[in-house]
Amino acid sequence: MAKEKDNTLRLKFDSSRNLAPALESRSAAKIDSKYDLFINGKFEKPDSKKYFDTINPADEEKLSEVAEANEADVDKAVKAARNAYDKTWKKMPAKERAKYIYRIARIMQEKARELAIIETLDAGKPIRESRDFDIPMAANHFFYYAGWADKLEYAFPNRKANSLGVAGQIIPWNFPLLMAAWKIAPALATGNTVVLKASETTPLTAMKLAEIIQEADLPPGVVNILTGAGTTGAAIVNHPDVNKIAFTGSTEVGKIIQRAIAGTDKKATLELGGKAANIIFEDAPLDQAVEGVINGIFFNQGHVCCAGSRLFVQESVFDEVIRKIKDRLESLIVGNPLDKNTDIGAINSRAQLDTIHKYIKIGINEGGEMFESSCALPSKGFYCRPTIFTNVSQSSRISQEEIFGPVLAIQSFRTDDEVIEKANNTPYGLSAGVWTDKGSKIFNLTTKLRAGVVWANTFNKFDPTSPFGGYKESGFGREGGLHGLSPYVHLGSY
Amino acid sequence: MAKVVKNTPSEERLEVLKTYKIYVGGQFPRTESGRFYIATNKKNEKLANVCQCSRKDFRDAVGSARGAFGGWAGRAAMNRGQILYRIAEMLEGRKAQFVDELMKQNSTEAKAVEEVNLAIDRLIYYSGWCDKFQQMASTVNPVASSHFNFSAPEPTGVVAIIAPQENALIGLVSVIAACIAGGNTCVVLASSSMPLCAVTFGEVLNSSDVPGGVVNILTGSVSELAPFFADHMDVNAVLYCDKDAAVKTLIREKSALNLKRAFMYDKMDWFSDEAQSPYFILDLQETKTTWHPIENIGGAKAGY
Amino acid sequence: MTKKISIPDFSIPSRIDQVGVEERASRFTKRSIKNETKTNGLLLTLNMIDLTTLEGKDSEGKVKQLCSKAMHLHEAYPGLPTVAAVCVYPSMVKTAKKALGNSGIKVASVATAFPSGQSSAEIKLLDTKLAVDDGADEVDMVISRGRFLQGDYNFVFDEIAAIKEACGKARLKVILETGELVTLDKVRKASDIAMYAGADFIKTSTGKISPAATMPVTLVMLEAIREFYYKTGIQIGMKPAGGISKSKLALHYLVMLNETLGEDWMNNHWFRFGASSLANDVLMQLMKQRTGVYQSSNYFSND
Repeated sequence: MAKEKDNTLRLKFDSSRNLAPALESRSAAKIDSKYDLFINGKFEKPDSKKYFDTINPADEEKLSEVAEANEADVDKAVKAARNAYDKTWKKMPAKERAKYIYRIARIMQEKARELAIIETLDAGKPIRESRDFDIPMAANHFFYYAGWADKLEYAFPNRKANSLGVAGQIIPWNFPLLMAAWKIAPALATGNTVVLKASETTPLTAMKLAEIIQEADLPPGVVNILTGAGTTGAAIVNHPDVNKIAFTGSTEVGKIIQRAIAGTDKKATLELGGKAANIIFEDAPLDQAVEGVINGIFFNQGHVCCAGSRLFVQESVFDEVIRKIKDRLESLIVGNPLDKNTDIGAINSRAQLDTIHKYIKIGINEGGEMFESSCALPSKGFYCRPTIFTNVSQSSRISQEEIFGPVLAIQSFRTDDEVIEKANNTPYGLSAGVWTDKGSKIFNLTTKLRAGVVWANTFNKFDPTSPFGGYKESGFGREGGLHGLSPYVHLGSY
Repeated sequence: MAKVVKNTPSEERLEVLKTYKIYVGGQFPRTESGRFYIATNKKNEKLANVCQCSRKDFRDAVGSARGAFGGWAGRAAMNRGQILYRIAEMLEGRKAQFVDELMKQNSTEAKAVEEVNLAIDRLIYYSGWCDKFQQMASTVNPVASSHFNFSAPEPTGVVAIIAPQENALIGLVSVIAACIAGGNTCVVLASSSMPLCAVTFGEVLNSSDVPGGVVNILTGSVSELAPFFADHMDVNAVLYCDKDAAVKTLIREKSALNLKRAFMYDKMDWFSDEAQSPYFILDLQETKTTWHPIENIGGAKAGY
Repeated sequence: MTKKISIPDFSIPSRIDQVGVEERASRFTKRSIKNETKTNGLLLTLNMIDLTTLEGKDSEGKVKQLCSKAMHLHEAYPGLPTVAAVCVYPSMVKTAKKALGNSGIKVASVATAFPSGQSSAEIKLLDTKLAVDDGADEVDMVISRGRFLQGDYNFVFDEIAAIKEACGKARLKVILETGELVTLDKVRKASDIAMYAGADFIKTSTGKISPAATMPVTLVMLEAIREFYYKTGIQIGMKPAGGISKSKLALHYLVMLNETLGEDWMNNHWFRFGASSLANDVLMQLMKQRTGVYQSSNYFSND
């Protein structure tokens, strides 16, 4: 009998890391060589006459340059905002205000692809995330709050919601456009006008948003968008005619702001750092828990204030969970953020990369056992392999301090009480995660964890309707949902 | 102040004077400092020797409040409501004493009666809110993904309160009631010039099922203690109920150390209706949002 | 290396979170497969197909045609691989075996009172024996879903073990009919029972029940295979069947396979697509890759 042929193909599909490039086209996005400040509905040259570069962290190439706003520029913007507040925005019927906000949402949706590409170029985040998360979520945020504008009397029983005036808003570089949306949308819906400062490393989508606001015909001065670094932010915080400060960023700067406005009656919302505990019990759906852990710490390169940067695993499943995490780590694709297959893009800046490396070194010196993905990194640009540490204790700095990068500190635990105590044993209180199949245990944990957002059997989920914000040193005030209105109003009686 | 009164026409009796101590952890110690000050009224009559509390007294009180927080926050909301109601009952029973103290502290009899009545009613008001404000402030959020998502208030933690200085009872009761109705515990600095009712109110609390440590009442000087109220790292929120701009700034500044929630109730008329509302409870609440997936299974259809 | 196997307690519920599985599964569909990766993936897909006809109206002529297609997928594209197997009813095994000759293409036969499995143990064994005696290289059995949903896990286990024994050298694919198990926890449990009872492959569906194979269901099964491999050292194959008719979807399955089980599973010894119309769509895509123009079904034989 003739020997049967073996016709099993041993073709390489290519390991997941070597998929053929699938680059999003850069040409679908228009970036000007230079951006001025957006004040009173127009792009204005800065009083400082200074501009600074914004680069693509993926290849360190210059993308554009933006203006550096000084005190005089801030003053001009605040005056424009005050004028718009007094003369237009405050008097406008709420339903008209709503329609402007809806317009912004719609134009953002129309330009979603361009915005996603620019976000990825400027911030280093994977195009999959800017396309599927940042941009749609930002547009949805405007859409959600637009509808609140003429319904505020239903939000605060027995109280009249009065606008505050001019809101000074300072946003971070991790979710540039989304944070702008989180700030601007509720402020406008409640009848305030805005002076917003974008982060110095990621100013471009904010400037694109300025163009959209112009296109939406929003009355001049209602939203003013500035670029600059810390001193620009300080000028906003210290401006006497600003009624409200909304800040997202580090706890350190948050404290400086709280001190700076101590002698004033400025209202403040602070969304600050975090060191979230993600807790896996032995009865958890382990594969999904591991996926949640991965998304919890590696989403947006770990540049997430609510990142699940501390993992607690019950001893009985510790080895299994670590094995699964390591396997999963190896399937993550690190590389060009514009590639649609990239899971982990570029670290936002050299400074941030240095910080992350510093912490990895600290982790090793503290006796932590490090495991990192075996992937190769691009030769140019700021990249960091997804990294986990086991053999970490509560006293380790990598389990106490916010690293803001793709670094996970893992500990084991035995009992529920022990893990609750460990999870709460931090000055932060932004978010937490619990993984168990037992409903009553979930509610025990979600009740006792001192954090503003608790994800049970999921992690890093966001929605415009869902309030977000911290306990303790993670800040105060909420963004999102009905609760996100109150930071922008003062309540009076009817 | 010690006066000899005729008890009966035939005998004279020496009045037993009350010692005004502080209320910490469910007990009535004297200040650890051994210091005291003399409280007087507008007629410059000596009212009592009052404890001049120190930062260490404050530290001990925060320790008591922290220790009591888990248990108090964890109680059934209705149970907290019943305890607040019990405080009102106890206060009602000791009305005469409070009226007497208020009158000593510059009040007319009519005004004193009004204030005590109002304080009792305010306790009843907040007693009712204990198991209702959560429903008012909670939301089920219609997120776009397949998750059940809800937000509900939770107590902020340990609250340091500098009570209204210009009245002796109603301001104090208002801020304490709103604070503990929401499940917080507190350390309260009484009015320096009118401390008598505060200490007596501690006795009311102590006899009304309020667990020790939930409310701690200190007496002493605002200017001395305010910095510590604002910078203690284990205090989660601070309320300042007076008008001194410098103290306000100081409190806000020092609060930044651990990002305390700082509230200035400086323009409040504590006798008015405006001075009671669930929004005072909500000032001392955090919003917690919880997510959980919703399994969503479609049925199978037979094809054969 | 095979480790000592201890059979788990199947009465303990398995824990799968459906929403999490769906999120993970949708992530695979976000992978963008281009150029040479796409061509390789398409060729691999062809090579993994169990070309299937399972109809009451199947005739010898129909089966012969299918076998011819299996061996000559598209002459206009020289050097194409063949499919992995032809999948037929037991009565057609002889015909298929003869038609395929020594092409290397396997003959798979469904058995055990396919598709419902509602018959006696004797009939199921005879059904299997018929297929194997007639030369089937692979047997696709169905589990007793009724008994499984009743919680009679030992019955299901023993039945699979008995069929496995009857298979002799033929490889056993165990069809869970996931559309009737409904929840992913049940899919996971059935996967575990099948593997511990001796399955060489676990397979989603008969193709007669909707929903048939879905990515979330397949992911749960792949994860079960991974866990079983870590526990026992034994490699188990996977066959999603029914509902996969487009190349793009097939490539998403390959991405999922690659990222869940890795390269060792990326061949037709360990992974199959149970499909009847997928092959032509893959061929059209391959021709498009080669010629650069979009294709018409008029140019691809319909067997």
